[in-house]
This record gives sequence, structure tokens and C-alpha cells, in this order.
Amino acid sequence: MTAPPALELLDVHKRFGSVQALHGADFSLMGGEVHALLGENGAGKTTLMHVAYGLVRPDRGEIRTGGVVRRVHSPRDARALGIGMVHQHFTAVPALSVAENVALAAGWPVAPGPLGRRVRALCERVGLPLEPDERAGRLGVALKQRLEIVKALAADARVLLLDEPTAVLAPAEVADLLRMVRHFTEGGGAAVLITHKLAEARAWADRITVLRRGEVVLRGTPQRLDTADLAAAMLGADPAPRAPAGTAGALIEDSASPVLVQLQGLEVPRESGHGIALRADSLEVRAGEIVGLAAVEGNGQRELLRAVAGRLRALRGRLEVAAPVGFIPEDRSTEGLIPELSLTENVALGSGPGDPWVRGRRLDWARARAYTSDLLARYGVVAPGPDAPAAVLSGGNQQRLVLARELARRPAVVVAENPTRGLDLRAAADIHDRLRRAAADGAAVLFHSGDLDETLALANRVVVVTRGRLLEAPAGTSRAEVGALMLAVV
Amino acid sequence: MAVAAVLLGLLALAVGLRLAGYDAGAALAALWRGSFGGWYAITSATLVRAVPLTVIGLGIALAFRAGAFNIGAEGQFYAGAIAATWIGLRVATLPPPLAVAATTAGAAVAGALWVGLPVLLRLRYGVTEVISTLVLNFVAEALVSLMVQGPLQEAQGIYPQSDMIAPAARLPLLPGTRLHAGLPIALVGAVGLWYLFTRTLWGFRLRAVGAGPRAARISGRIDAERVAAAALLGSGAIAGLAGGIEVTGVSYALFQNLSPGYGFTAIAVALLARLHPRGVVAAGVLFGALEAGAGAMQRDAGVPAVAVYLVEAVVILVAILAARGHRGGAEELA
Amino acid sequence: MTELIVLAGGFLAAAVRVATPLLLAATGETIAERAGVLNLGLEGMMLAGALAATLGATAGGPWAGVAAAVAAGMLLALLFAAVAVGARANQIIAGTAISLGAIGLTGMVYRQAYGVAGAGLDVPTLAALSVPVLSDIPLVGPGFFRQPAPTYMALAALPLVWWLLFRTRAGLALRATGESARLARAAGVRPRLVRTLATVAGGGFAGLAGATLVLAQVGTFAERMTAGRGYVAIAIVVLGRWHPVGVAVASLLFGAATALQYLFQTLGLEVPYQLFLMLPYALTLLALAGAVGRVRAPADLARD
Repeated sequence: MTAPPALELLDVHKRFGSVQALHGADFSLMGGEVHALLGENGAGKTTLMHVAYGLVRPDRGEIRTGGVVRRVHSPRDARALGIGMVHQHFTAVPALSVAENVALAAGWPVAPGPLGRRVRALCERVGLPLEPDERAGRLGVALKQRLEIVKALAADARVLLLDEPTAVLAPAEVADLLRMVRHFTEGGGAAVLITHKLAEARAWADRITVLRRGEVVLRGTPQRLDTADLAAAMLGADPAPRAPAGTAGALIEDSASPVLVQLQGLEVPRESGHGIALRADSLEVRAGEIVGLAAVEGNGQRELLRAVAGRLRALRGRLEVAAPVGFIPEDRSTEGLIPELSLTENVALGSGPGDPWVRGRRLDWARARAYTSDLLARYGVVAPGPDAPAAVLSGGNQQRLVLARELARRPAVVVAENPTRGLDLRAAADIHDRLRRAAADGAAVLFHSGDLDETLALANRVVVVTRGRLLEAPAGTSRAEVGALMLAVV
Repeated sequence: MAVAAVLLGLLALAVGLRLAGYDAGAALAALWRGSFGGWYAITSATLVRAVPLTVIGLGIALAFRAGAFNIGAEGQFYAGAIAATWIGLRVATLPPPLAVAATTAGAAVAGALWVGLPVLLRLRYGVTEVISTLVLNFVAEALVSLMVQGPLQEAQGIYPQSDMIAPAARLPLLPGTRLHAGLPIALVGAVGLWYLFTRTLWGFRLRAVGAGPRAARISGRIDAERVAAAALLGSGAIAGLAGGIEVTGVSYALFQNLSPGYGFTAIAVALLARLHPRGVVAAGVLFGALEAGAGAMQRDAGVPAVAVYLVEAVVILVAILAARGHRGGAEELA
Repeated sequence: MTELIVLAGGFLAAAVRVATPLLLAATGETIAERAGVLNLGLEGMMLAGALAATLGATAGGPWAGVAAAVAAGMLLALLFAAVAVGARANQIIAGTAISLGAIGLTGMVYRQAYGVAGAGLDVPTLAALSVPVLSDIPLVGPGFFRQPAPTYMALAALPLVWWLLFRTRAGLALRATGESARLARAAGVRPRLVRTLATVAGGGFAGLAGATLVLAQVGTFAERMTAGRGYVAIAIVVLGRWHPVGVAVASLLFGAATALQYLFQTLGLEVPYQLFLMLPYALTLLALAGAVGRVRAPADLARD
């Protein structure tokens, strides 16, 4: 008789709106093991672990620990079962001290002397030294991460769910962190390591599970699975049905077209303002091109797009972008649109001199309204009319509206962040079509999608962004090779 | 919604009066008599009080629409009143229209200056205007007290108030009433604000900043912080103007407690109007009527005048809860 | 020399007396703001406390008045919390409404209970209690050790609230909620419950502050008798940097500014005392700008 798994997730289904995030996923974690959970953005890794941690209530499925079916409806339930989670986004309260954050997470008494000693002792025991009196907000990224782990361990976690803990760390810090995780499992704990990095998974995990589109597509040990197997499983062996070309750089570069975006030696800060997100040597985008940025989240592609769109100021370097720029931000409801304003008002949002309904300092709403009606018809936005508030539109129609607003101004450059995120296939195809037409009309299109298949399908040139650097994928680069560049396997 | 809120407010008053053992019918009748019960009540009581409430309410609507919470209208009103008094005492030789213009314009400038510090604190240090404008109300009240016992005290130096301002600086009255030219100013202001919100690029940007600051910023053409700062300054100028109108149209002099809390009540006026200029006029008249009728209620039915504040409170609470319900459903994850 | 000490002692006693209701209200507001609730209804809760103290004391003696005042403050705070925390309506607007409503409500009830003549000075009050020996210390004796009970309660509340905020798990959860309701929730705290409790506790303190005005100072109730002290308490919390000790110092400063006015009158000096009244507000504004030490409001203050 072997001991039952420390944690089991069986046949888990979860749907968010029109997106099926998990589709019958099974996962089991044995005591004493490090288990890598691999998958692309949107494959459902985080959602699956949120189910285990009580943050997401599954539509169907079962959670067991130690072989017993459990009810996990909140993080409190999960913690009571000895499950701790280290989130991708830090959850320490910045204004509180390290010790106070640990006490808050673990429910320890707060008297500073004994608490400080207790936290210091714990940190030393698990090999993650921290200064108990330091304010959490003043810690660097690696130490913040360390604090997150200490918080989980202080609550006596026997199962640690680590959501991309290495994404923000430097290589030496990664090794430190993973050594600590090993130490933890050797002491009888069990850990799930969510990651995109194949090499990391192979080097540190006892077992690997690969998730793709909400389903488990591969399971095994690092000894039996090589990098190619894993990459194929993660990204899908065959090109997705909507991708006409499985290779990048299909378009022969037309060197006669004017360069509309040009940058050199560009350094862009993180959106949070701390640190550098991007150090790009050079990039050119010509009229008629659709350049897709292939990148795993948090590698600087967002900052690159925002810098090109003029929404984020670069620290240094040269950046020349033809005007006007159309910008399609990732978050429709807080950045693309103002839900409580009417469609006409949303279309007029970025108005300024030059728009036909702007007359000096006055706005001619009748014209803006007529213009909006026309846009709705031309771009197939299903809406009650130009006076309806944007909030009543479906996600797909909201995105069509944003696209209509930006493209109808005939921008020289179009910048799009995850333009089809959360949309159904028809709406996504529609958006692709619009972007292609914009390029055909002479715009330079620069976009990023978290879905590599989409990037390959839409782009006629692919640039990989890893750790803030740009890497051109030469024409003819295969899907697997692009994936390898993204994941920094080579 | 607004009508329902007002009815609920009056109902709360009636029930409260009943529970407290008053004759609710007699009280409400007195409330009506004192506010809308005749030409004199309408013009000289209700509308005279509606003017400052409406004007300040318009200013508050301007700031709140831009997402800037100006809680300091009371202080800006006093700043305007001080300036108007100071100027009004010195323009006796000017032709009346010019004297009035100088006095009220000075009041508006003073109101804008009074909110200047909170604007600066917000732009430079990210300090919320809620607390800074609130604190400045008390500074303004102390300043008024200082003025009427110091530099602006009446010539004999006995009473804590200023001398009467020059007749040239006084607003014309509607014959036979106490209603002054502040009313047309308020109405023109409401139309102007409506025009600003609905017809101008700047007004549209201001509304966008209030409704969706991130989207406004991302649109690339709007400097959200500058728009909010400008709205606050405008709001202060309007509240200052109201102080100037009060001095040139009603009191002709500066004294302590010149405002029975107009700056706070006007917040209720603006909110009840859902920050729409036309609604501000209606709500201003309504609250002016309540304050006017309050006196009659106290005289004729023995109900303390302050009871009308209960109506105002219920109206605000119902209005914000109803607004909440409209938006609703934005529960956070986990 | 002795005269000077007596004068200074009297000034200090007056400052402490004026500061007591401010300190009580500000202490309560510190709890609420540390949890992320900006309670502009404080003024109304003080006023409600003042009336309840009058009614309670008339019916059952001064301590019944104190109990009634605390209950009234808490009740009104519960209503405020239901709107601003429960229904997540804007805290600033809801607080303004509560303060307005309290003026109306107290005015009505007071007039009905006591008629046009008012309660007069028949309300039983809390006399000054002298602490043996200590109250005879020159200068500080009368100020701190010959005061009515609420002053001692305010002083005793300081270490208690400090201990609650900084030495207990509940206090940690409360501070975490004020910094970020989202992160606190992630740590298993129930932010709305915490905020409601903190607001209600703050309302209790405000009620007690109102009782102090009636039972330890004025001796009777009057319409709008709090005269903005609730808002002053909010400024005090800022100047006191959201810390009980800072709040105590700030309260004393505000109290001293007012007491100076009496001192000048006693001495017959023609000094514009209003300048001194303005001084603490000016300091508050400087504190907001970060000029008086490092000040930071709880990050989630007045957000939902």
C-alpha cells in the first residue's frame, strides 16, 4: 500500500463566461515530490491551482487530500488542510512589517519581540532569511517572493502551490528558491511549481504535468520527457485549425514600404515605475506589415507596445512612430471604454482638433452620433444604438467598438494588446480580419497575443520578446522553434 | 428617483415628527406656507436661499463630475465673501455695474485661490482633496472671525461685523422683494455649466476623467490630473462667487455665520441632482424652500427649524443607495 | 512667579478640558480610519451622543447619560456603516448625510423632550475628580489630575487603543484592512466585518465625546452644540499621523489653541487669537504634504 496523494484534483471543469478554462483536468501530487505544472498562458494552470486553494469554485470536479474528498470553498479551508499558495502577484501588505505579514497570514500573536524571534527562527529553519522588522513594501522582488513563501510555511502548509515563482527572479535567485523548495519536499512536504520554463521543470521537478486549453495533455518524469516533447505538448503538436501558416515570417519583406515604427536602444521602465522592463536594440515596422510579439507574460512586451503607442515614456533610446497611432488596450472595460458613457461618447473619447465633430472648443454631437452610427454598421457592432451605454455591449462588441474607433481614424500605426482575449471564435476572427485590412491599407500593425497560435496566424513577421530583449524570428522559423525562443530553451 | 427620494425624505420627517409627538400636519403645512405659500415667501424666502445653494451646487457638480471631491465649498464661500466685502467697501465711486462686477469677480478669484492649496497638494504630493478642503473650511471661518474683529470691523469697532458695502456694489433687487440679481446669475450659470458639459470638448473630457480616469488617460489626449485640478479651481471660483453674491445681494456686510452651512447643504443639492445642472437648479430651489419653510415651521408649529436637515439627510442617503443599485454587481473576486 | 505658575496651570487645565472631547472622538476615528473608513458622520455621532447624554443623565444620573451617549454614537455609526461599508456607498457623502441628519433628529427630539425652554442647567453632571497628591503638583496637577472622569477615560483609552491596534491579532487584521481590503481578504480577514466593527467602535467614542461636552463642560444640550468638533477630530487624526500618541499630542495642540483665547481674554490682551485657532489647521495641512514627519494615510482609506 502506498500512501494516498497529498493532493488530488479530479475531473475539474470551470467556465468563465464564454471561455472554458478547465475541461476535465486531473492532477495528483504525491507527498515528498516537486511537481511541475507546465502550460502556455491561458492553459488553465493558475485556475486549476486556484481551485485547489479555494479561490475558484469549480463547476464540476472533486478535491481530495490524503485520499479524502474535501470541501474547499475559501483559502481559509485550504489553509486548514495544510495547503499554502504563493501567488504570482504579491499578497503581502506593503505598509506592514515582514513579521506582521507573517503573523497576519498565520494567525500568530503580534507582540513584536517574540513575534520577531519566531519569524526569524522560522526563516532560518527553512533557509529563507528575512529581516522581521523591515517593511514589506521596501523589500526587493526576490525578498518579497521569499516573504510569500515564509507566509505560506508559517501557516504550517504541507502542500505548497507556487504560481510562477521564478518569473520575476534572476537566475541565481531562481536556484536559491528552488533549492529551498527541494529542502521543503525532502522534509515531507509537497510542492506544485507552475512555470513556463521547460528547463527549470526538467531540472527541478520529480514529475511534470502539461496542461493545454484546460486539459492535461502529458504527464511523466523528466527522465522520460525531453524538451521537445514538452514544448510540443505545451504549444500543440499541430498547427491550430485557425492558423493558416505554421511558420513565421511568411511574407517577403517589401523593402520599398516606408518604415513607420523605428526604435533603437530603447529602454522602457516597468509600468509600476520600478526597474526596467525592456531593453530593445532595434525594431522596424513597415507599412503593410503585421508584426506579432511572441512572449510569455511579463517579459516586457506590454511596455514595448505602450511605449510605441505613446502611452508610456521610454527612459532612453530613439523611438520614431508615424502619427496617428491607433491603440487597442488589453482591458476593454477600464482602459478601452468607459462603460457608463454612451457609445457615441466612447467613440469621441480621444477626440481632439481634427476630428470632424470637433469645432474649435465645441463638440458637434449630432455629427459624432451620425459618425458612430456609421461605425457601428461598418464594423458590425451589435448595439441598441449610438446612445446606449457601452456597459450593455457584449465583450466581443465592446472590442469591435474599440477597434472601430481606433481604425476608423486611419492610423499609420496600430498597436494592439491581446486584441481577442476572452472573445469567442467568431468575434476573434472578425478582429483579425480588421487588423489585416488595416495593414493592407498601409498601416503598420504591431500586436501581442498570449496565444502563440494566434500570433503565428495573424502576424506576417514574428519578434520574440524574452526578458526584455527582442529576438527576430527569421522567416521560416517553425512554431516549435518560436516556442523554444519564447521559453528561452535554447 | 429624485422625486422618490424627496418624498421619502418628507415622509421620514412626518414620521419623525409624529413619533416625537408633534402635529405633523400642522408642521408640514407651515413648511409649505413658509416656502411656497405666497409671492413674498417664494421670492424673498425660498429663492433668496436657493441662490447660494444652486450656485455652490453647480460648483460642486463641476468638481464631482471630474471625480474631485471638493468638501470645502463652505470655506471657499467665505473666502469669496471676505474678498467681496473688502472690494465692496472700496468701490463707492465706481459706476454700479462696474462696482458689482469688480466685487463679484474678486470673490470668484478668492474662492479659486482658497482651493488652490488643496489643488497644489493634490498635484504635488498626491494628497486627497477631501481632507485638505475640509480642513480649510475651519481656517476660513477663523479668518472671517479675524476679519470682522480686525481689519474689516465696522468703523465704531464694537460689533463683530463689517461696515455695509457701497450701494454701488449691491446687486439690484426685484421691487417689493428681497430677491436679487443673484437668481439670474445662478440660472445663467446653470445653462453655462450645461453647455460646458454637453457641448464643449473640455467639458466632455472632464466628464470622461470622472467616469473613467484610466480610460481617459489611455485615450492619449487627456491629462486627467490637469483636468481634475482645473475642475477643482473652477469649483472653488464658483463657491467664492456665491459668497460674493451673498454679500452683494443679501447681507451687504460680512459677519460670522453668514452661511448657515450652505457649503455642506449644497453637496446634498448637487448629489440629489445627480450632478446635472438643470437638476441642481431644481434641487437648489427645493432645499431653499426647506430652509425657508423651516423658519415658519418653528414659528407656527413649534418644530425646530433644524428638523429639515433630517429631510436632507434622508434624501442624500436614498439618492446614493439608489445610485449604488444602478451600478451594482461589481463584486470583487474572492 | 507663583502667579505665573497658577496662570500657566489654568491654561493647561483649560487646554486639557477643551482637548478631551476632541481626543475621544479622534481616538475613535483613528480606529475607523486605520480600518479604511473615513467617517465624516463623526460630527453627527458626537451630537447624538450629546443629546443622549442629556436625556440619559436626566433620567438616571450622569453615568446613565454616558452609557446612553455611547449607545447613540454606536447606533448612528452602525447606520453609517450599513450604507458606506455594507452597501459600499461613497463614505464621504454618506458621512455628510449622517451629520446633517443628526442635526435635524437631535433638534426635534430635544425640543419635544424639553420644550422651548430647553433642558436648562438641571442636567446632573460629572464633577471634577481630584487624584490625591498628583493633583497638587504645580502646573500639571490641575490640568491632568483634577478633571472630570471623561478626561481620565480618554487618557486610559490611549494605551488600550494602542495595544489593540499594534499588539493584537485583531488590530493587525484591522490595519491590514485599512491598507488593502483585497490583500487582507487574501489573508483570510473579512474586511467588511472589520470595517463595520471599527466604525461602530469609533461611533461609541464619538458618543462619549458628545457626552463629555454636556456632562463635563457645558452642563446642558443645545442645537448644533458640537459646532464642527467632529470635523476637527478628523483633522486631528491626520495631524496625529493615525497613531494614538500622535493623536493625543494633536488634540492637546488644538485644545491649547482654543485655551489661548481664554488666556488672552483673562490677561486683557488684544491679540488676534484667531491666528492661533488657525495654527493647528495649518500644521494639519503641512502634515498632509508630508512636511511634519513622514505621514501616510492608510492606503485604502475611503475606498471601497
